[in-house]
Amino acid sequence: MIKNALIAGTALILLVGPAWADSSIPVTLKDHRFTPSTIHVKAGVPSMIALTNNDDAAEEFDSTSLKIEKVVAGHSSGNVRLRPLEPGRYPFMGEYHSETAQGVVIAE
Amino acid sequence: MLSSLIIVFREVIEAGLIVGIVLAATQGVPRRSFWVSVGIASGVVGACLVAAFAGELASLFQGNGQELFNASVLLLAVAMLTWHNVWMAGHGREMAREMRSMGAEVSAGRRTLTAMAIVVGVAVLREGSEVVLFLYGIAAQGGTTTAAMLTGGALGLAAGAAVSALMYFGLLSIPAHRLFSVTGWLITLLAAGMASQAVLFLQNAGYLQFGMMPLWDTSWLLSDDSIAGRLLHTLIGYTDQPDGLQLAAYLFAIAAIVALMRVINPPRRPVAAVVASPAE
Repeated sequence: MIKNALIAGTALILLVGPAWADSSIPVTLKDHRFTPSTIHVKAGVPSMIALTNNDDAAEEFDSTSLKIEKVVAGHSSGNVRLRPLEPGRYPFMGEYHSETAQGVVIAE
Repeated sequence: MLSSLIIVFREVIEAGLIVGIVLAATQGVPRRSFWVSVGIASGVVGACLVAAFAGELASLFQGNGQELFNASVLLLAVAMLTWHNVWMAGHGREMAREMRSMGAEVSAGRRTLTAMAIVVGVAVLREGSEVVLFLYGIAAQGGTTTAAMLTGGALGLAAGAAVSALMYFGLLSIPAHRLFSVTGWLITLLAAGMASQAVLFLQNAGYLQFGMMPLWDTSWLLSDDSIAGRLLHTLIGYTDQPDGLQLAAYLFAIAAIVALMRVINPPRRPVAAVVASPAE
């Protein structure tokens, strides 16, 4: 029963398919700092950050207010999907180097 | 050093709380230490593999590999926790009738131990891979701070293990006839929290794009960023701004587990709690 439910759930998810944001906002990480560190997005619609990690070390893009934990390996890139946001400020950080890797998403 | 202590402590405690609950919930089942150890060891090996292939994993499924992997292992853990609770529901009654031979008891116990070893393995793998990535980054940087950071990591590991042990012994101080009903509820809430987190990963991968607005905000009371908030997040799936689909997954998981337990073992007499005490 559990197995059937899992299979049905997986099938449903694959059928529905991922939704794609129209455009992505490029952000780079170098020397454990985000550039740009202030990111403006439109409120109420999904958006996407294309994060390129130019450091040797992996980093975890971490934000409880954005509900995101995403590891981006060293010298690689990853897409961080932002859900539709209420207007406001949403801080994020690189969890492994939080002294310097800080930023904020501003939805307006 | 402090930052590495905190990060390692946080991840270790998140996995450690789950191990503590699993150990308490399998109290009295033969050979549980062996199976839990197998779970921890596989989790550590898995964590190193996930960390080593983080880039490759992330690039799978059009860049959604990491999210889909996390959601899959979480749902696997939910299934295993459900299986354990349902097994315990039937097991207590069978023990009450004293109809099972000792041999059958042991083999049935092994099945739930396999399920619980998977749960422990998944918990260690998920939290452990973050620790490995973090410590690897430090080691790769080199320099004078590396030794201090690694010392911090070791202290964080020790502190996390100590708190997890406290949790375990705290659970054991519950009177034996109440223990399994408490661990049953803990496991149900643990599973519900994981189900809601799996939904979050699927949403972050671009699937299930509905019910995404936060229903309420209790960050003024208990923030997800606080230590207490994180512990409650691990234990019962607390989050200060749950969205609609997360809450639905949470409630559905609780309802499904309770319903399955009732089907296997309809509540009849209060005596069931007494006979569920460990056979040790």
